[in-house]
Amino acid sequence: MALLEVKNLHTYFHTMDGLTKSVEGVSFSVDKGVTLGLVGESGCGKSVTSLSIMQLLACPPGEIHQGEILFQGDDLLKKTPDQMRRIRGNDISMIFQEPMTSLNPVFTVGNQIMEVLMIHKGMTEHEAKEKTISLFQDVGIPDPARRVDNYPHQMSGGMRQRVMIAMGLACDPKLLIADEPTTALDVTIQAQVLQLMRDIKKKTNTSIILITHNLAVVAEMADFIAVMYYGRLVEYAEVRDLYGNPKHPYTHGLLNSIPRVDKPKTAEALPAIPGVVPNPYNAPSGCKFHPRCKYAQRKCVDEEPPYVLLPGSDSHYCRCWFPVQD
Amino acid sequence: MSKKNIQSENASRNIPIITEEDVNEALPTYKPDALVACHKLRKYFPIHGGLLGRKIADVKAVDEITFQIRQGETHALVGESGSGKTTAAKTLIRLYDATSGDIFLRNFKTQAMDNITHARGANLRALRSEMQIVFQDPSGSLNPRIPVGDIIEEPLVVHGVKSRKERLERVVNIMEIVGLRAEYLKRYSHEFSGGQRQRIGIARALVLNPKFIVCDEAVSALDVSIQSQIINLLQDLQGKFNLTYLFIAHDLAVVRHMSDTIGVMYLGRLVESAPNDVLFNKPSHPYTQALLNAVPVPDPTIDRNKAIIMGDIPSPINPPSGCRFRTRCPKVMDICKEVSPPTKEIEPDHFIACHLF
Repeated sequence: MALLEVKNLHTYFHTMDGLTKSVEGVSFSVDKGVTLGLVGESGCGKSVTSLSIMQLLACPPGEIHQGEILFQGDDLLKKTPDQMRRIRGNDISMIFQEPMTSLNPVFTVGNQIMEVLMIHKGMTEHEAKEKTISLFQDVGIPDPARRVDNYPHQMSGGMRQRVMIAMGLACDPKLLIADEPTTALDVTIQAQVLQLMRDIKKKTNTSIILITHNLAVVAEMADFIAVMYYGRLVEYAEVRDLYGNPKHPYTHGLLNSIPRVDKPKTAEALPAIPGVVPNPYNAPSGCKFHPRCKYAQRKCVDEEPPYVLLPGSDSHYCRCWFPVQD
Repeated sequence: MSKKNIQSENASRNIPIITEEDVNEALPTYKPDALVACHKLRKYFPIHGGLLGRKIADVKAVDEITFQIRQGETHALVGESGSGKTTAAKTLIRLYDATSGDIFLRNFKTQAMDNITHARGANLRALRSEMQIVFQDPSGSLNPRIPVGDIIEEPLVVHGVKSRKERLERVVNIMEIVGLRAEYLKRYSHEFSGGQRQRIGIARALVLNPKFIVCDEAVSALDVSIQSQIINLLQDLQGKFNLTYLFIAHDLAVVRHMSDTIGVMYLGRLVESAPNDVLFNKPSHPYTQALLNAVPVPDPTIDRNKAIIMGDIPSPINPPSGCRFRTRCPKVMDICKEVSPPTKEIEPDHFIACHLF
């Protein structure tokens, strides 16, 4: 049984300007010990998907309109707020992009982690502090016994992100959702944090959902990749399959259009995807990618393609009438 | 707008000219086709403190950097946040006053390199039309209360283009060149997407026909599919108008694609500079090697066990003695603590500041 199974999730926002269907019909599953990379551009619904799983959406204006989120077989959407509170931070925890805004500036970092341990694990203050120090050690914070008494502003960006990871790991979660965990960090610090997350996964066998727009970061981290566009999953595959053999024209176009650090400079222009992501209040007909797709045909304008398993594959899904042939 | 047009228009600058000889003395290796150059450029920001608010220390944001950019080429400055890339660029285009050192810009009328370090008043204003900047955050750098047509037009007003008709013509022309439709003239910046806003920022920088443009993380805040569009636009414009870019970015993949030469900065110092292929194929400074090692590659089949440097960038208020990278350097030696490494040219155009060389 999969650890997490999201089935046909629809999350809508009722805004002043109208209804935004941020997530429409997203289904995927995450097995134990697996890292799933959820990639897409801003506004594609990747963060809303993760917030729906955690039920951290403000409702209203948000609304989980339809769908099931099965965690170890239980539907999280049927839990009471109280039950959910016991799962959050305990079985499922989350690391956010901006550690400065997600840490409380008026408490020491140690305090904020001890709080998690005392609430979820019923530890005494003394036990919690011991555990926090050992967690700091695990995430590579030097001089942990002194650092627990630091306030967030006394730490560098990389150290703060390590604190966030330590907090996320405090209760040995079964699932860790990391929302752009390295986007705000410098490249050398990013490499350190990614290495740390890989080590932790190896050690604890935690499942990770890594949300990012960076196609290079997921290539280094994930086992499976799900690509989102306009609230929908457009492609899902094992990581080598996705990079070696992208089937959806959007994935294909993205991978071709990014400059590569491992390829020499050429005189040619990047094969960019034309146009922009459509307005959320004014969806195009048929396939949502057709206005930007170079393979688009009449059928793509008229009918939205279903999200299906590709023939001859056991894990490569794609939402396209005419998948890219190689 | 042809190349010739740009040059004649900007040649009206009237600045005390230093002779070729002076320049050669000050900047021994400057090239005949260099457009911009700086020599031992320093920018310190004072920190005031204590009861009387006296100066107690300096942030040594840029410390003795020397480089030059050839006309029509792109020079990239890379490095982590706090390494001084943006300060160097802003000092170069005279948005900050240099603490010491010299800045040179080619004068197309006389073909000499003018020393513009201390240009003032009308001279400085004339310089502004030759050097422009495109900022990272397109929404933060556009006034939300002014229609985009007026935003793009403003530099023309400031620089004394009197005829309204001519101004409008030039605005519409430049908007078309950067891929914005003329009917957007009356719209406000919030009505545009991130990519279009960056096009507005580029149009505003280009409207005065500058020859030198600083792109300060100009594509960093954009989405993946939009980023490649803007990169293509910048390269397109460079070819069309023979522009020279100083490209600041932390994304080394973009830098490899965009630039001809690259300078690597660490804590205000230029630790290595080299042509594109040399730097990426044969990085020599331990910091450059570490930086390149840290870049993730969008290819799951490559080896992920890379050497990663530990630690954070130290504070520029109190940088380490000797070589500033020594606290994180895997190849640190005794001398690194004592002596700041001098910059050496280890092969043509490949400069490095490290005791290993």
